[in-house]
Amino acid sequence: MVAAALQTVPEAGRSIAVDAVSHRFDLEGKPLPVLDDVSFDIEPGAFVALLGPSGCGKSTLLRLVAGLDHPVAGSIKVDGAKVGDPDPSRILVFQDPTLFPWRTVRANVALGLEAQGILKTEGRRVDAAIRMVGLEGFDKAYPHQLSGGMAQRVALARALVNRPNLLLLDEPLGKLDSLTRLAMQAELVSLWQQTGLTAVLVTHDVEEAIFLAQRVIVFGPRPARIVADLPVDLPYPRHRGDPQLADLRRQALGHLGLEASW
Amino acid sequence: MTTTETTLRLDVGPVTALQPVTLLAALGWFGAAALLSWWPDLTFQPLVRELSLTWAALGAVVGLFGLFGGRLGRAGAWTQLRGPWLFAIAVATVVWTVLTAKTGILPQPFFPTPQAMFEVFLYDWPKMLHSAWFSVLLLGQGFLWGAAAGFSIGIAMGWSRAFSYWSVPLLRYIGPLPATAWLPLAFFIFPTSGSASVFLIAFSTAFPVAVLTWSGVAAVNRDYYEIARTLGASPRFLILKVAIPAALPHVFVGLFMGLSTSFAVLVVAEMLGVEAGLGWYLQWAQGWAAYANMYGALFVMAAMCSGLITLLFRIRDRVLVWQKGVVRW
Ligand SMILES: Nc1ncnc2c1ncn2[C@@H]1O[C@H](COP(=O)(O)OP(=O)(O)O)[C@@H](O)[C@H]1O
Ligand SMILES: [Mg+2]
Repeated sequence: MVAAALQTVPEAGRSIAVDAVSHRFDLEGKPLPVLDDVSFDIEPGAFVALLGPSGCGKSTLLRLVAGLDHPVAGSIKVDGAKVGDPDPSRILVFQDPTLFPWRTVRANVALGLEAQGILKTEGRRVDAAIRMVGLEGFDKAYPHQLSGGMAQRVALARALVNRPNLLLLDEPLGKLDSLTRLAMQAELVSLWQQTGLTAVLVTHDVEEAIFLAQRVIVFGPRPARIVADLPVDLPYPRHRGDPQLADLRRQALGHLGLEASW
Repeated sequence: MTTTETTLRLDVGPVTALQPVTLLAALGWFGAAALLSWWPDLTFQPLVRELSLTWAALGAVVGLFGLFGGRLGRAGAWTQLRGPWLFAIAVATVVWTVLTAKTGILPQPFFPTPQAMFEVFLYDWPKMLHSAWFSVLLLGQGFLWGAAAGFSIGIAMGWSRAFSYWSVPLLRYIGPLPATAWLPLAFFIFPTSGSASVFLIAFSTAFPVAVLTWSGVAAVNRDYYEIARTLGASPRFLILKVAIPAALPHVFVGLFMGLSTSFAVLVVAEMLGVEAGLGWYLQWAQGWAAYANMYGALFVMAAMCSGLITLLFRIRDRVLVWQKGVVRW
């Protein structure tokens, strides 16, 4: 029921083609290269994790895919079309929930529909999204009354209510305590399975990447360059103790130059 | 059975019905009344009996609350909370009476007696009320215009580079000028002294509101805009639904500053040109050396200013319910 209200048509999950993308920032007049010739493709409906050390340029890459910035070189295409301005079909969830403090939970979730002028006709999607992240009864709460985990759920609902075809997750669980984090990892997988969207998860947590994604793209230190592309051929639901996961984890750590810690 | 028991107990009333401090305050007011009528005044004072009776009546009412306040609902709760204040005011009244009417330690007519103040309020209240109403209207007009102008200017400055390029230097140069400095010119330029005053009050309000609104918009977290943009927001939505609500706490600080400065401008404008309002009343009373009337006008003016500030606080609490840890007024 709930899922039905938010269901994207399965084949509507977007494909992404990142082709020879480089990007740099100006830092006090000096160029700071952040992405170096990055290329990869993601097929529709996939769950892909981008794994790399902190500060290597993962968030930058995600912002480029979202259309919030434009690459200095190379091209990014979503469903074959060059990424232009931000669009509600591709939604970025930030590491901080960044809810609007002056809006209630409900009004925060309704933000996208309101901005697109379809809140009147599509209002029931708001309730469905709130139920989907398990926050029934908190509609009227203000963000300062929520815990970190609840706030991040609201941020997820705010994204899902738009029926995105592409969900870009920038370390959305990075600041949660470990128990909440584990619970929400499972929820992310089930949300992805219910909605059929393409999910790209940025993380610096090896375990999280391997537990959630069908494929893990590993980046080296800044300027980010792809150092490995690991398929995770395991069915869902997965089990954290699975020896195959442990093996993949060792591989990923190896690519990050952290073999010694294994 | 149990129901009857509870009703019975209710009939007896809770033990807390008695408010000792409130009773003490009642005693204070009775004392003040007795002292006023039995200790002869130094010089002739009007309305001694009437004032004395008023204080005694006040003592009776306060005493009633002292005895049964615990059962008198919200009013009773208020006297419970404010009992010490009621007592302190009674004591202060006694001291005032003794220092002015009874011993003359504070000389007449600069420090009017309670009787003289009573007379002013008794006979001159229509004029004072009318003046206060006029002041509120004048202030309200000027403040609303000024707030609207300051708010729009501030939003435009925070939003548009071109607008801030041209307006910031002007604002920096002209804004800090006290509005009262325009007074001689304004009375010349505007057709009526009333419209001149509205302009001056608006001017003094607009500056702090514009600056605070501007800084409020400038301080809005960039992420709010990016989130709204990814959710499909138009520039109009970004201004109305992101920038403005996010800047509102700053805007209210500006409104408070504007309201405070506009009080000063109002009084000066009324004293120097407008033929009505509390400022004019003050001026007029000074012309007659009617000190009691001046104190009366100050009293009403304080009530007006405090009332308006309270109103603004109420509005802010209503608008900014989402903020935590705000000061209660
Ligand atoms: N707007 C910006 N201006 C200048 N430098 C930036 C900007 N955004 C990010 N950077 C720099 O780019 C690098 C990569 O940042 P980011 O993509 O956030 O890394 P990650 O998400 O992998 O931790 C960092 O060194 C950061 O300081
Ligand atoms: Mg990051």
